Amino acid sequence: MSNPPVPPPMSLLAELTHRCPLQCPYCSNPLALDGREGELGTDDWLRVLEQAAELGVLQVHFSGGEPMARRDLPELVRHAASLGLYSNLITSGVLLTEATLAQLAEAGLDHVQLSFQDVDTAPAETMGGMPGAQEKKLAAARLIVAEGMPLTTNFVIHRGNVGRIGRMLDLAVELGARRAEIAHTQYYGWGLVNRAALMPSRAQLEEATRAVEDARTRLAGTLAIDYVTPDYYADQPKPCMGGWGRRFVNISPTGHVLPCHAAETIKSVPIPDIRTDSLAAIWADAPLFRLFRGTDWMPEPCRGCDLREQDWGGCRCQALALLGDAAATDPVCTRSPDHARISKILADLPETPPPLVYRRYGNAPG
Amino acid sequence: MTGAPTPPPVDEETVVRFLRGTRLQHDRVRDQWVIQAPERAFIADPIAAEILQLVDGTRPVSAIIDILAERFAAPRPVIAHDVLEMIASLAQRQVLTA
Repeated sequence: MSNPPVPPPMSLLAELTHRCPLQCPYCSNPLALDGREGELGTDDWLRVLEQAAELGVLQVHFSGGEPMARRDLPELVRHAASLGLYSNLITSGVLLTEATLAQLAEAGLDHVQLSFQDVDTAPAETMGGMPGAQEKKLAAARLIVAEGMPLTTNFVIHRGNVGRIGRMLDLAVELGARRAEIAHTQYYGWGLVNRAALMPSRAQLEEATRAVEDARTRLAGTLAIDYVTPDYYADQPKPCMGGWGRRFVNISPTGHVLPCHAAETIKSVPIPDIRTDSLAAIWADAPLFRLFRGTDWMPEPCRGCDLREQDWGGCRCQALALLGDAAATDPVCTRSPDHARISKILADLPETPPPLVYRRYGNAPG
Repeated sequence: MTGAPTPPPVDEETVVRFLRGTRLQHDRVRDQWVIQAPERAFIADPIAAEILQLVDGTRPVSAIIDILAERFAAPRPVIAHDVLEMIASLAQRQVLTA
């Protein structure tokens, strides 16, 4: 059987480790966190970078967990730079010092995305579960800007901090960030476990959107703002990852190669492994990547929908998590026969948020 | 107070350079020029690619216009208009700065 040639991926998310000093209950890592003993070695990652550049990847995002927990990070950044890969560090900043930043800059790091849990210290540290983190993050931002490295600040939004978006963006400007991401929690893994504690109301979402629009006007030319909404309130699904196996590849700490960071929840096909296959072979031929690539897999109403090549049927992991079927139309779509599930979830959100389930080893329910 | 740049006014005397974290790169796998920027890479259209290959942090915009007017045997005012417009747009998009 022959397949048409597959355009290569643009970007690689390299999840170097799941270890992290923070415990954010909306973490995008899977519930089953990889331990240090199973992590890929330095040589494995160097080879991954070579294969990624060869295949056509343009940007590599070093992420985690906390990628700065890996002592070989400067070596990986240096190798990425030597291959022409644009290197981005996605970090909590709590392990960043003047010395470690200087090492990374010297190695050729292009950009840093620094996460904040909130603008105010007390709620930020309640969410992150690490006392003293906020001061370390502020110090990290100042070091990054003083070094001249471009900085994006990232704020994850939930019902507890949704009213402070304007001040978050003021903080980003004050720190000297060029970009800010205001990203509503995405409800997979830990975020899904904590959905009732984190999901804003529709009124809160509308207020958040207004705050972002105001700031875009107020800060035009100073701060670029990326805004990610919670898709439960949307009429159409998001084009998750820009389409399955189209632009994006994720490699987990243990070397699993995935179309998105939640794809390990899909159990119907084997998970490809970078220790046993090449990235090019996996990208082109692994059953997991072919499963939902393009439009042939689609059920109705996606198959006959005019938007099928805009939203690509939405998110497969969300269909699996909410409907038990990864091949179903994403239920956030108003055309989905199961859309009532979403309406019910939103209608049933509790007045008082339940306690948070923190993201840490051994703390996943069930 | 802030390290975030506001796009500067651009005229022929301006010397432009890439903002740190931004560069022009040839994508040999797809055989196209791309602009690498924080968390996104986008295709440089042919005019942007010609201009950006001449941005070296020392050349004033007037010199870029001269080179392209000669290379494409086009009237200088036409090239000047296109180059100034493109550079202003790239400055607005946080690719170039003065």
